[in-house]
This record gives sequence, structure tokens and C-alpha cells, in this order.
Amino acid sequence: MTTQSGETPLLEVQDLCVSFVQYTSCLRQSTLQVINNLSVSIYPGEIVAVVGSSGSGKSLLAHAVLGILPGNASFSGVISYDGQALSPKRQAELRGREIALIPQSVNYLDPLMRVGKQVQTSVHAGNPRSRQREVFERYQLSPDVDKLFPFQLSGGMARRVLVSTALVSGARLVIADEPTPGLDDAAVAETLDYFRDLADQGCGVMLITHDIEAALKIADRIAVFYAGSTVEIAPVQDFAGEGEALRHPYTKALWRALPQNGFEPMPGSQPLPHELPAGCVFQPRCRQATSECSTERPAMRTVREGMVRCIHAT
Amino acid sequence: MLLEAKQIGFRYERDRWVLRGVDISIQSGEIVGLVGPSGFGKSTLCRILAGYEKPYEGQVLLDGAPLPASGFHPVQLVFQHPEKAVNPRWRMSRTLAEGGALDESLLGQLGIQQEWLGRFPNELSGGELQRFCVARALNPQTRFLLADEMTAMLDTITQAQIWQVVKEVARRENLGVLVISHEKNLIHRLCTRVVDLTITNEKT
Amino acid sequence: MNRRQKTLITTVCAALLLIGVIASALLIGDEWIATNFEIKNEPPSLAHPFGTDWLGRDMLARTVKGLSVSIGVGVIAATASAVIALILGMLAATMGKAVDNAISWLIDLLLGVPHLVALILISFTLGGGLKGVVVGIALTHWPSLARVIRAEVMQLRSAEYVLISRKLGKSRWWIASRHILPHMIPQLLVGFVLLFPHAILHEASISFLGLGLSPHQPAIGIILSESMRYLTSGMWWLAFFPGISLLMIVRAFDILGENLRKLTDPHSAHQ
Repeated sequence: MTTQSGETPLLEVQDLCVSFVQYTSCLRQSTLQVINNLSVSIYPGEIVAVVGSSGSGKSLLAHAVLGILPGNASFSGVISYDGQALSPKRQAELRGREIALIPQSVNYLDPLMRVGKQVQTSVHAGNPRSRQREVFERYQLSPDVDKLFPFQLSGGMARRVLVSTALVSGARLVIADEPTPGLDDAAVAETLDYFRDLADQGCGVMLITHDIEAALKIADRIAVFYAGSTVEIAPVQDFAGEGEALRHPYTKALWRALPQNGFEPMPGSQPLPHELPAGCVFQPRCRQATSECSTERPAMRTVREGMVRCIHAT
Repeated sequence: MLLEAKQIGFRYERDRWVLRGVDISIQSGEIVGLVGPSGFGKSTLCRILAGYEKPYEGQVLLDGAPLPASGFHPVQLVFQHPEKAVNPRWRMSRTLAEGGALDESLLGQLGIQQEWLGRFPNELSGGELQRFCVARALNPQTRFLLADEMTAMLDTITQAQIWQVVKEVARRENLGVLVISHEKNLIHRLCTRVVDLTITNEKT
Repeated sequence: MNRRQKTLITTVCAALLLIGVIASALLIGDEWIATNFEIKNEPPSLAHPFGTDWLGRDMLARTVKGLSVSIGVGVIAATASAVIALILGMLAATMGKAVDNAISWLIDLLLGVPHLVALILISFTLGGGLKGVVVGIALTHWPSLARVIRAEVMQLRSAEYVLISRKLGKSRWWIASRHILPHMIPQLLVGFVLLFPHAILHEASISFLGLGLSPHQPAIGIILSESMRYLTSGMWWLAFFPGISLLMIVRAFDILGENLRKLTDPHSAHQ
């Protein structure tokens, strides 16, 4: 469960801003800020889901933590791992050892290398062969699987292999980027169980997804991503009933728009990075908006065990 | 109108059937859900119904007659990833007009803003693009709409917005709709009838 | 400065260079390169910046004339090559398996043989001269571009928006001209600009080897090959200035092509 005080967070992201240099007209370039003032933290043994619609830039958070942002991107803010700020050099050292990325599909595996061998290359301590076998055993992957190539794996096996890669590396922080799209219910449940399993062993798991239902099933805390930032970080149990316990109007709308909770659409759409409104980014769609909302961008503040970026939240 | 697929069989390689002996029928005005685990050929069946693939066995009929091989296809399919479904070098107005003239009021209902029309796809978000794809597919000539995980990549608010409009248009224009989704709750909310491919598909 | 601005500047420079060379070649009359034994073998001076040759001809005038012949050959040959690449690439991607296999085989075959060897064979068979060189270059330089175009068209043909277009009732011809061809134009442009310096260099090489243009056509390759005999007697300027000018033109187009390629590549489009 969440431990907000005492312990140091495994990963702490403070005021992260990521921007891109892009051509805005024929010959002029300008900087486009895609993530603004994002803060999130993950404690050992905890699953934090970052939920936002696809294309909203939430994958960039993972890329920033791993230090694999593309060449025309730059970032500011502090990312600390285990209480120490991450530098590009330290990111390169930790990548694949302490911090592991679980990609979406087998397309991220080397197609020409047998999977057993491939998973062994991720082992950093102890005997690679026995460590890999041990983890495969745990996920019911028989010794025959070791000799298969990625294209020969069934969907279920492939997911277990991808999770094994993270597990054998001994990583303490696992980042999963959209692990569930295109999977049916059973497969989603199976994948999510593996993450729960990783967290129960003391890993911190960051689950980046657009699928709020999947996130609600396993995460301890949910960070809701809107227009380049997190508008709310709430414990999962707040997502209940009519959403009375939720803090931000967007989160409430998100919850009430679920097909099982009313399926109520809210008019309007998320603003793109270059057209963010003044003040609160949600204010043009917000029913509670007052004149203060359009003057200043609200800061993240703590409200009842959670964080929210809204001046009216109680 | 009645869209029916009879004894559909499909395979990409020998002895590996994706679909076998599948029957499905959709009446105008009906919203039917199609469910089944991954690998059971939900998307393939959709592609066959919309004319993107030729079935290896069986046939697809619209009111008893085969579907046209060229010209506007009365069964339109909306894909999961809108970014791939629009030409990246075209402005949105051109993409929208590709299927012919549209009902102007539809754009307003879908929340498509006038200034989006002059933009290129990379200047819009996935949710915004999908609204265009839905608008394009809801052409006056369309009789049936197939939605293959149409809103799976979108946030729940956009999902609700788009589906409310599709439901409304389907009712008004008497369209038949087939919904593929891995989300049980969405299927329950929308559909009047559900077809389960694990039962219908006889592939072994 | 960003890449687009740099590209614009290199384009302007390269264009000015080309226009300058061709315009001055047209303005320079034959009297400029008339033989004049009083001033033969002079090193570079203010009157003759590139020096004079063993017949007393001004080397600057000869270089400019030579370059304009080379540029002409380069433009014609590179255009022909790009057109061949476009046609064969599109055919391979759209006309079915047999055509694709045949064209792919031809591409592999030509890529397997070094350009220069194939070029020498073709232009020798055609009896050398301007025609031999142009045809030779056009026939040998298309394969790599054709391969790129083939792959691109194949990918586009199965792109969702192209498939959708078909179901919206659009004809094959409509799709080819509205969806596919416009996509090919940047590829073709980059391919052409990158082919151009290649074509010039190869023209110069085979002329240098004596298999290309005949000695009375003052191409750069001919100038270089003639001056080789005089290099040993210390007349460095005969080869140095024409060589450098050739290199500059080639390099300018290389940079231009490379920049255009990076700008059309989505991975580096925003640099």
C-alpha cells in the first residue's frame, strides 16, 4: 500500500518539462512545450498508473526517466532515483539494470536471437543461465521455450518473456508503456497480474496507459494526465460511486464517462500543446471555472491523501 | 436492409484457418456487438464484411446481392488507429471530402471545430482525428458502419462523445452498426445483441 | 541557424554556381580559348587566374566550358536515371509478382557490378562520345533509387488510408495520382539531387580514362586527362583548378541532397 511519509520514493519526478524544437512556419523553428510541470513519485512495492489519452505525450515521461528522449527534445526539472538526482550518465548506467522498460510487444525483441539467450543478456548478477531458467519456471515457460525465436511465441508467451526480461535484470523500477492495447480481457488480466507480482516483490512499477479500467484494476495510485501535465494523483479507492471522492473535475468527468458509469460525454476536447489556454488548462471545459481560473495556472497541492491541480478542489 | 455473411472461411496460409463456417447478419437500425478473444478473427471478419479481404469460402450479401467491387462501399469500417487512416500530407478538409459531400451538421455534433479543417493530421490529437474518420465513414451513402476497436485508444470522455453521436446518427439514418471492443462494459452499454466468435467460429 | 535555413542557403549557392558556370560558358567565345604561343605554360596570374596550358589557352575559360559540358551531361543523365527509377520502381510495386521479380533481379544485378565497369561497357558498346556517356550513366545509376521507390510504393499501397480511399469509391488511377505520386516527389527530388554529382564524377572518370567524350569536347575529364602529361614538369595548375572546381560543384550538390533527405525523413525533419 502507499506509504507517503518516512520512506524515500524510488522515483521522484519534480516539475518535469519536456519541449521539442519544431518548425512552426516554413523557415522558423520554435520550442513547443509538450509536458509542463509534471510531478509524480513512486515508492517501492507500489504501482502508479499514469493515465491519459494516446498521443497526449505521456510516453515522453518514460523516455525522460530512461534518458532516451529524441534528439530535438530537451527537458528541465528534477528526476531523482533513490533520492539522488539522475544525470544522463547515471541514466545510462541504470537503464536496463535498475530501471527496466517493458515494451508493448515482441517487436522490441531481437528477432534473430533465441529468447532464452536474449533474456540471459539482461542478467547482471549471478549465473545468467540459471537465473533465466528460474524466472521462466516461475512463469511456466518450459525449457523448450528457451530455444524459440520471438516470432514463434504465442501472444501469452511473448508477454511472459517480456516481463521476465525485466525481472531477471533485478530492476527495482519497472516502467511499462501501454502494455495492454489489443489484448482481450483474459490477456489483460494476466499481464496485469505480472505487474502486481513485480510490485509485491518490492519493485516500483510505473504503468503508462490510456486504459483507465486496466489501471483501476491493479494500480495503488492513479495519476491523471491532461494536456501535458498531471491534474490529479489519487488513491485508487477514490474511484468509486459517482466519483465524489475525486478531486479534479476532469477526473470526475473521466470516471463518469465510463460506459458502466453513465457514459456521459463532456463537450470540448483536450487542447494541444501549442494552444493551451491561459490559466488552468482545463478551465474552458470546466463548469466550476471562475475568473481566477483563467488568470493563473494552479500549482499541484495536497488534498486528502492525494494531489490536485485545481484551486476549487476540496 | 440486411447485411449477412454466410459460411465465411478465411486463411492466410494452408491449414491455418482464421475463420471457418462463420455466419453473421446485421439488420439496419441494429447495434450488434462482436466479441471473442484475440486471435479469433474479429478484425478479419470486419475486413471481409467491409470488402477489404475476399473470403476464401462463403459470401457476403447485402439484401441478398453481392457487394460492389468498386465504387462507394455501403459497408464502412472505422479502424483503431486514426493516425494511419488519414493521409499525413493532406489537410483535414480534403480528407473529410474524400468520400463525397457530408452532412454539415454532423461536424458540429462530433465537436469538429472549423479551424481543425485547415490543419494537417500531425497538428491534431488522436481523439480529434478519430472524429474526422467517423465523420468520413458516416457518409450519406453508408448503410452499415463497422467499428473495430474504434475508441480503444481514446480517453473515456472522447469515447462517450463519439459513441453518443454514432448512436444518434444510426437511429436517425437507420444504419446497422457492428461494434468490436474488448471492453465488455462498452458492448453492454451500446448493443442490442452480441455475437460471440468463440461459438460461431468453427476453425480448429 | 536551423536545417531548413541552411538548406535554403546551400540551394541558392548551388543554383548560383550552376547558373554562373553555364552563363559564363555561353558568354565565353572561342577567342578566349584560342591558341596563343606567346603566353604558353604560364602559372596563375591576375590576367590568367588559373594559368595557361601548353598551347597558351586560358585555363579559367577552359574549366568553365568544361564544367558546363559536364553539368549538361549530369543533368540529362540524372534526370533520365530518376525517371527510369520512378517507372521501374512503381511497376515493380504494382504489376504483380513476376514483374517485381524481374525488376528486382535487374536491380540486384546492376548493383552487383561496380558502376564504373558497367558504365565503361555500355558507353564502349555505344561507341563512346556524348551519347554513350549519357546513356551509360542513365542506365547504371537508377537501381538504388528504384529500390527505394519500390519499397515506398509497396508500403503506401497497403497503408490504411489508401485502402479506405478505395472503399470510398476512388479509382486506382485517382489513388495513384492523389495519394501515391505526391508521396514520391520528395524521394524523387532527393534521389535526383544525389544522383547528379555522381553522374558528373562518373562522366569525368570515364572521359579521363579515354572511353567517354572525345578530346575535342572540352569536358572536365578530358582537361584532367590531358594535363596529366604535364604534371611531371611542374605545371600543377593544369589539373589543380579544374579538379577543385569539379569537386566544389559535386560537394555542393552532395550537401544539398543530404540536407533535403534529412528534411524529408520524419526522424530528422525537425532538426
